[in-house]
Amino acid sequence: MSLKLKALLKSPWVFHLSTGSCNNCDIEVLDCLTPRFDIERFGMLLAGSIKHADVLLITGSCNRQSVTRLKRLYEQVPKPCLVVAIGECALSRGLFIDSYNCPEPLDKIIPVDVYIPGCPPKPEAIIAGVVKLIEKVKGKK
Amino acid sequence: MIYIFYFIVYGFLLTAVIGLLASWIDRKVTARVQYRVGPPILQPLIDIVKLLGKETLIPVNASKITFLLAPVIGLASVILVSTLLWLNNIDTSNTVIGDLIAVLYLLVIPSLSIMMGGFASANPLASIGASREMKLVLGYELPFILAVLVVVIKSGFSIKIGEILNFQIQNGVIAGSISGTLALIVAILCIQAKLALVPFDAPEAETEIVGGPLIEYSGAGLAIYKLMKNMLLFVLPFFLMILFMGGFRFDGIHLLYGILKYIGLVALITVIRNTNPRVRIDQAVRFFWGPMTAIAVVAVVLALRGL
Repeated sequence: MSLKLKALLKSPWVFHLSTGSCNNCDIEVLDCLTPRFDIERFGMLLAGSIKHADVLLITGSCNRQSVTRLKRLYEQVPKPCLVVAIGECALSRGLFIDSYNCPEPLDKIIPVDVYIPGCPPKPEAIIAGVVKLIEKVKGKK
Repeated sequence: MIYIFYFIVYGFLLTAVIGLLASWIDRKVTARVQYRVGPPILQPLIDIVKLLGKETLIPVNASKITFLLAPVIGLASVILVSTLLWLNNIDTSNTVIGDLIAVLYLLVIPSLSIMMGGFASANPLASIGASREMKLVLGYELPFILAVLVVVIKSGFSIKIGEILNFQIQNGVIAGSISGTLALIVAILCIQAKLALVPFDAPEAETEIVGGPLIEYSGAGLAIYKLMKNMLLFVLPFFLMILFMGGFRFDGIHLLYGILKYIGLVALITVIRNTNPRVRIDQAVRFFWGPMTAIAVVAVVLALRGL
């Protein structure tokens, strides 16, 4: 594995994007930063600006308003970057699967590396998902 | 030739290693204060290696050359300052007239480079951050220079760093006198603002203007800025040690004292950072031009009277 990728897995800075979620997933994501779970142990930080991010955490059902913003943000992440879909809505649009406002699921719009199911997923599930992501990238290269 | 050796080994490598360690101490102490575990010891280095490997994006409307050059200018000036300080600290006869003034000028350039980068990146939040940085520089420079003036007066009107160090070796440290203590308090709060740490981090407020001038930087540019900030975390306390506490001596027990002095200063900065809320930029400028300048003027008057 290259040094570049090794360093990326040791310090993934996370950018958190909600594409029209009900905010429960967002609250659970923020829980990971609290002293109880403390993801800074693994070098993860919540990046304020998209230009600093390595991992894109996406919640919500990708409604028409946010799809254009989502595409623009994905183009602005400095590559290499990873994408994580969090919650039932981001995985399959959940409750909103028949809605006029959610035409396409997230993984038809941008490539997704790991899916974390749950409505909302627990912080433990999010951390386990990120560990699986790291192992997947390690095994791939 | 010997100066190139100093420039690379002391100015860059040693300063970078100590700076990265200091930044780890800062993050670890912050985590412990918040009942967290905190990052592993190599984390600051890994962050920089990772950022160097990432893509560099340049905004469409940005002024390209200034945008790419600004971090390099900042880093270069920090390396120059630390070379000057190490040169004087290792051999006090290396000093030249006015190197104290040169250091004071060079220490402003990192702030200037952040401003240049912020204005060049054509982002409204970056512009807000850069203009706040400008106001903050105007605010803290006056008390900082008055505090340095106290040292100049105490050491018999000398503007050579080597002579200031020699004076302290013979007559005891400047922080031991009343005026020296007052000036040291002012200088510590000024370097807090120079480092843009929490009570005075309005230019970079992560939660408010998401990183300010650094918002558009990615990849190598951001890595250089991070490295510059980490090196400043060594250079500024080291400058205060030289001015007020007799510098870093390598003979016997003084080596241990030197390390303790440095760790004490970094821990003090971290504790100030963790126990204070962010002040608004007008409050920060009022704080520096009001109470801080008053204390610094009192210290100058006391120093002139020989206290």
